Amino acid sequence: MLTASDTAALQQLARDELPGLYGLARHLAGPNEAEDLVQEALLRACESFGSLREHRAGARWLRVILTNVWRDRVRKETRTAREVPVDDVEAFSLYRVLVDEDPYPYSDTLHLDFLGAFTDGDVDTVLLRLPPRYRAPLVLRYVEGFATRQIAQLLELPLGTVLSQLHRGRKLFERAMWDYADECGFVARRDAARSV
Amino acid sequence: MVDRMISCVEAVRHLWEFLDQGLPDDANQAVEEHLARCVRCCGELEFARKLRGVLRTATAGQLPDDVRGRLAGFIDDLDHAE
Ligand SMILES: [Zn+2]
Repeated sequence: MLTASDTAALQQLARDELPGLYGLARHLAGPNEAEDLVQEALLRACESFGSLREHRAGARWLRVILTNVWRDRVRKETRTAREVPVDDVEAFSLYRVLVDEDPYPYSDTLHLDFLGAFTDGDVDTVLLRLPPRYRAPLVLRYVEGFATRQIAQLLELPLGTVLSQLHRGRKLFERAMWDYADECGFVARRDAARSV
Repeated sequence: MVDRMISCVEAVRHLWEFLDQGLPDDANQAVEEHLARCVRCCGELEFARKLRGVLRTATAGQLPDDVRGRLAGFIDDLDHAE
């Protein structure tokens, strides 16, 4: 049972961190489940708020709780789920595809032009297309800034598994960026050079 | 000097960890030496740096007003939780 002042402190922390917490929930669980994930994380935070010594560390602490809640949820679901086939993604290089396809023939800054066509919202859409098991390490590492060892602890996975998921996640992200650009007409590619 | 030369594929595989300064010393040095000789991988490195930045700024847009309202109400009610 929390004291009234602890409850007030937790409520204030939750209000301050709400946008960031919701953003993480959305990236981990997708838009449909994000709100529910935040709620469950806040309830769990109530149970363990007494263990938070440094209130300044509260932002990170809430994110850890939310990630744990999400991990427990997907663990139940993925027991029966199939492995996502990642075919030849390991060898995909967006950098080289851009050189080969040359979608901006008169540009000296091809790669920058390509990235410049994406708004933050576009990048977010691309990110949400990735399978959760690859998206989660990517988001925790590059959006939230957790170290790879911390991610391994958070997701309760061996470090080697996290490193290989990060690698595949980056490659899937590169390929999804290319596919999205193609769909949205950011690039005019030559069909003859169409890659597999 | 390291006694092991690495291929472009291997160098590219390690670029992000190289940027994160997360590689063990010997692997880090192998990437550095590869980059010193390979223009294409230097291009890959620059691009990886940019892509990493793009990911970092993908902050999932705004919290929609309706969701914000509901979650704010949920937080207000936390003093009745248990
Ligand atoms: Zn190379």
